[in-house]
Amino acid sequence: MTDSKYFTTTKKGEIFELKAELNSDKKEKKKEAVKKVIASMTVGKDVSALFPDVVNCMQTDNLELKKLVYLYLMNYAKSQPDMAIMAVNTFVKDCEDPNPLIRALAVRTMGCIRVDKITEYLCEPLRKCLKDEDPYVRKTAAVCVAKLHDINAQLVEDQGFLDTLKDLISDSNPMVVANAVAALSEIAESHPNSNLLDLNPQSINKLLTALNECTEWGQIFILDCLANYTPRDDRESQSICERVTPRLSHANSAVVLSAVKVLMKFMEMLPKDLDYYGTLLKKLAPPLVTLLSAEPELQYVALRNINLIVQKRPEILKHEMKVFFVKYNDPIYVKLEKLDIMIRLASQANIAQVLAELKEYATEVDVDFVRKAVRAIGRCAIKVEQSAERCVSTLLDLIQTKVNYVVQEAIVVIKDIFRKYPNKYESVIATLCENLDSLDEPEARAAMIWIVGEYAERIDNADELLESFLEGFHDESTQVQLQLLTAIVKLFLKKPTETQELVQQVLSLATQDSDNPDLRDRGYIYWRLLSTDPVAAKEVVLAEKPLISEETDLIEPTLLDELICHIGTLASVYHKPPNAFVEGSRGVQHKRLPPRTGSNESPESPELAQPAAAQPADQPPAVIPSQGDLLGDLLNLDLGPPTSGGTPAITSAMQMGAMDLLGGGLDSLLGGDLGGSPAIGAGSRSCSYAVLPQCPSRGWSRDLFDLGSGVGMPAGSYVVPKTVWLPAMKAKGLEISGTFARRMGTIQMDVTFTNKAMQIMTDFAIQFNRNSFGLSPAAPLQLATPLSPNQTIEVSLPLSTVGPVMKMDPLNNLQVAVKNNIDVFYFSSLYPINILFVEDGKMERQVFLATWKDIPSDNEAQFQIKDCHLNSDAVSNKLQSNNIFTIAKRNVEGQDMLYQSMKLTNGIWILAELRIQPGSPNFTLSLKCRAPEISQFVLQSYEAMLKN
Amino acid sequence: MIHSLFLINSAGDIFLEKHWKSVVSRSVCDYFFEAQEKAVDVENVPPVIPTPHHYLISIYQDKVFFVAVIQTEVPPLFVIEFLHRVVAMFRDYFGECSEAAIKENVVTVYELLEEMLDNGFPLATESNILKELIRPPTILRSVVNSITGSSNVGETLPTGQLSIVPWRRAEVKYTNNEAYFDVVEEIDAIVDKSGSTVFAEIQGVIDASIKLSGMPDLTLSFMNPRLLDDVSFHPCVRFKRWESERVLSFIPPDGNFRLMDYHVGSQNLVAIPVYVNHNINFKESGSSGRFDVTVGLKQTMGKSVEGVIMTVHMPKVVLNMNLTPTQGTYTYDPVTKILTWDIGKINPQKIPNLKGVICLQSGAPKPEENPNLNIQFRIQQLAISGIKVNRLDMFGEKYKPFKGVKYVTKAGKFQVRT
Repeated sequence: MTDSKYFTTTKKGEIFELKAELNSDKKEKKKEAVKKVIASMTVGKDVSALFPDVVNCMQTDNLELKKLVYLYLMNYAKSQPDMAIMAVNTFVKDCEDPNPLIRALAVRTMGCIRVDKITEYLCEPLRKCLKDEDPYVRKTAAVCVAKLHDINAQLVEDQGFLDTLKDLISDSNPMVVANAVAALSEIAESHPNSNLLDLNPQSINKLLTALNECTEWGQIFILDCLANYTPRDDRESQSICERVTPRLSHANSAVVLSAVKVLMKFMEMLPKDLDYYGTLLKKLAPPLVTLLSAEPELQYVALRNINLIVQKRPEILKHEMKVFFVKYNDPIYVKLEKLDIMIRLASQANIAQVLAELKEYATEVDVDFVRKAVRAIGRCAIKVEQSAERCVSTLLDLIQTKVNYVVQEAIVVIKDIFRKYPNKYESVIATLCENLDSLDEPEARAAMIWIVGEYAERIDNADELLESFLEGFHDESTQVQLQLLTAIVKLFLKKPTETQELVQQVLSLATQDSDNPDLRDRGYIYWRLLSTDPVAAKEVVLAEKPLISEETDLIEPTLLDELICHIGTLASVYHKPPNAFVEGSRGVQHKRLPPRTGSNESPESPELAQPAAAQPADQPPAVIPSQGDLLGDLLNLDLGPPTSGGTPAITSAMQMGAMDLLGGGLDSLLGGDLGGSPAIGAGSRSCSYAVLPQCPSRGWSRDLFDLGSGVGMPAGSYVVPKTVWLPAMKAKGLEISGTFARRMGTIQMDVTFTNKAMQIMTDFAIQFNRNSFGLSPAAPLQLATPLSPNQTIEVSLPLSTVGPVMKMDPLNNLQVAVKNNIDVFYFSSLYPINILFVEDGKMERQVFLATWKDIPSDNEAQFQIKDCHLNSDAVSNKLQSNNIFTIAKRNVEGQDMLYQSMKLTNGIWILAELRIQPGSPNFTLSLKCRAPEISQFVLQSYEAMLKN
Repeated sequence: MIHSLFLINSAGDIFLEKHWKSVVSRSVCDYFFEAQEKAVDVENVPPVIPTPHHYLISIYQDKVFFVAVIQTEVPPLFVIEFLHRVVAMFRDYFGECSEAAIKENVVTVYELLEEMLDNGFPLATESNILKELIRPPTILRSVVNSITGSSNVGETLPTGQLSIVPWRRAEVKYTNNEAYFDVVEEIDAIVDKSGSTVFAEIQGVIDASIKLSGMPDLTLSFMNPRLLDDVSFHPCVRFKRWESERVLSFIPPDGNFRLMDYHVGSQNLVAIPVYVNHNINFKESGSSGRFDVTVGLKQTMGKSVEGVIMTVHMPKVVLNMNLTPTQGTYTYDPVTKILTWDIGKINPQKIPNLKGVICLQSGAPKPEENPNLNIQFRIQQLAISGIKVNRLDMFGEKYKPFKGVKYVTKAGKFQVRT
């Protein structure tokens, strides 16, 4: 007797038959029928038509039958919500059952029925179950809160379930604690700012106690939750580490990896000279190695994480190279990951072993793997200088095998080796040239052509070789074409006498016969260079090339630090921050490693790992580097290893162009001095910020949540709600929001600084770029206290209008630089023009009339203001408080005409005629001004004022 | 957490689906099928597959893919571990985890899955607890049930679920009280063509079969515990005592379980019990090659090596092999290109050899790669790492149990490159 019999009824009247059986009087028959229904359901058959009949079976003492009906209900309640209500009474009754198993089952099932009407009835039973005397019921109820939150978040908050859930963190039973943590974590993920898991030393202590006693899954939840905590100091950090370390010996690999995450993060805070730090490093290696003996799927995830760990702390696994050796029957995804880590761990001490392995892999069957192995040999050569010679000879051996794809990969990497060690291994060129004909992949062809061009003077028949490529020029890929063009030009510059014809041929092919703009442009540039100044051409084309770096695919340090905080998660598998791809988590907070405390040794601390701050602290206070430095940085920045063997001429030329574009703006933005304070090398980073100002602040966007925060609104004068000018993500944790206001005749910038980083921020200073109306801070920016993590400070900064003037686009654009002890940040904001309306902006009637006539009608702009429900007097009053003065009011054909004037701080007058049709919400505004480009900003102010 | 689970057979049919939250359409599996097609070989399907709205995390066991669907950031190891736990539970309940077994017990499977996860959170994953909630199907019970009308679902709260020792049932009673331990070690090794060891390590486990009444508290000590520096334990083991005294102190689960895993790494010297002399070459021009392989004994600590099997994955161009073994039998499968030589027990006086001619496809180029040799063997009564159990003490109960320890060493992934 097996369950497969449930599948055998395939007759026509199956549903009908089941219906009859479900309504049978015999218990046994009923149960069998429900089993058949479930069986059909599991294979995806639609048995929803039986809903009422199945639900009728629910009131039973038989637990198995009850469970089966519940299974059915969970599946189909959504499609039959009205019917599902029938089940409510039974649920409510079951929640009172003396048997805790039934109470828990009822509350669990109710939570799974995703029907709004049912959730209403769920609240009371759930409240009781959360306080049930039996921990089994409590832990089930904790999960139920998460389910309910998923269906109706508002309801959960209104009913106060979140607080009850928080209380459960202090429950006496470790399983209840673990489930409460799990539920809260899940809820928090959809509520990034809710601070649900408000961790403090007391709650941490409770979690650590529960950690020892709960199930393996509970341990994962608790460890992941612990990882979000930032200890106060290194001592607390160490004590947590000590209590987490035993988890490294757990049989469940997920527990191990979560524990590794906590340790990797908290280790950051321990002083490196501490004995415990060394002990911890030693303890981390064995569990990581053990993960590699598990099933291949586990190995894969472990390897992706080890890849991160090795980049962050190579010392942990430096002696464990051998465990990453590839077995021939490993799945391909494991092989490729192992190879990657092998190269990262390669050092002078173990390079011989590594090379022997790589050579072995290069003769394997799997093409992808072989290619990667050959590349790896090249990377070893570049990484470990002492091994370069051995690597080259290994590559030559591989070329001798004549296996096509091996040869091509080898040539690509040898090109990089030439770049790294110029004038050392050129003796092998002859061997390479022998294989010219077998190359059919663009990358390999391009690499070979680069080699021929670069060493044309040593290759006797370089011209013949290149000419042979030229025959099929138009069939080549762009990569090869570009390379060929450059190579022939190089050749010409080296041997001008014999190759004139060749160079002309390639130039005409590139410029006249090609549709590819890149190719054409490069062709013309060479042509021009060669025809006007061959000496300059030589200097450009044959310029010294920058060295290529050792490690090409390291993860950028800030990202690496963030990923370390996410060890064990999907983020760590994809090596991307979670907000880059996880759909469910809206606005995930960026996690950062905590700063190291109590150690005077800094080079390892995360801030300093970032290139921007890598300058020693005792440098003279050059807050913002001069433009020259910036240029230098820019040049260094992008001239990484050009994989195509690039043409320095073109790249540098392009960058020159880019620099010119940046020059002016940068200069003005960075020109001043932000006040002497420890050096902050803004470097290339600040540069790119300045060029691409993030401009999120639409002055008028009405962020409701921020409405109340306008500081001390004086009577009437309209202040735009604060908007975020600089999001924390872009400013290393400093969030700046603010607005502009005019109070008592002075312009003020109301700024809110929020510290979302984990370290204290001090030494604030602010500076404006030149702007259209000469706005500049009238007093230095003063924050009374340092800004500690999660603290918010509001400041009102008085502004003057006597600063340097430069016309901006848009006119009301203000570029601001804010400095603190971490870095300098740049953002731009748009200020409402009405802050510039001065108090003496009321014009005499006569003058108004004369001026109105005087301004040419070309300068008149007319706008519609829609949906404004004020009468003319209200409008007049409202505008008056914003220094827009009504000079006269007339009634023409039932319409109210208001004539108004205003004056800007720089003395520009603006005249307005506002036409209001009583009863109609649409106003017509005509503006006249000698500077007509201002009109649209005035309109924006009108609209903002009238609608608020 | 875990949203849904799909079970897919090797023909690509979804034969079971289970949703713990809202229903996710089956069509999400299309992304999986795509990846499967790309991977060609079933073993090479990547374990984590991104789709526009979900992530698919899969494991492959007994020709069945277990594909979990997740929607939010969840530790992938957590999912993979859980899936392996599901597989283990099916094996425990039905003896195997094949498609047929699952289909045959579909309702139990469904009940189990429902009990193992709630809203995607693991609920009960300990075999002891599950068996109290849902009794495993046995022929006797189904007969009894159909006569008496009783069910195979437990009516009471499992006792272990909330106690400090959740892995153990209360009130266990046996007439014969026994505690047996199996120390099993597997050697993973790569030997290069010259015969020197590139890499070798030992993966060891101690499996226990405990049938003891009441609440026994056991202490297991080793002769040479310093060998064990990389260990992972069953949750029942008191870690503190291991740290301070290097003894295993625990209240055991009832029945069979894995007490600990350990790993003797490449830092220690690992003895390699067998050596292989090989001479495999393909003639440059002709359509044939020579095959000559000898397997001999090296460091066996005086024990005999048995169950020796060598498998070789030959290059694609090998049509057939014409060999003569001095011992055992060989087969060559021209379809999968796998040569299997079943040697049996090695007699140190008479070293087994297999040699003969390789027939290649005519006209095809000589194969570039040399085949790897995969060796399996077994050595009874030996733990190659040298680990030895010193004694087992029992506290908390009065009776005297039978105790026993068995040792065995096997080849794990033992590869010889040629």
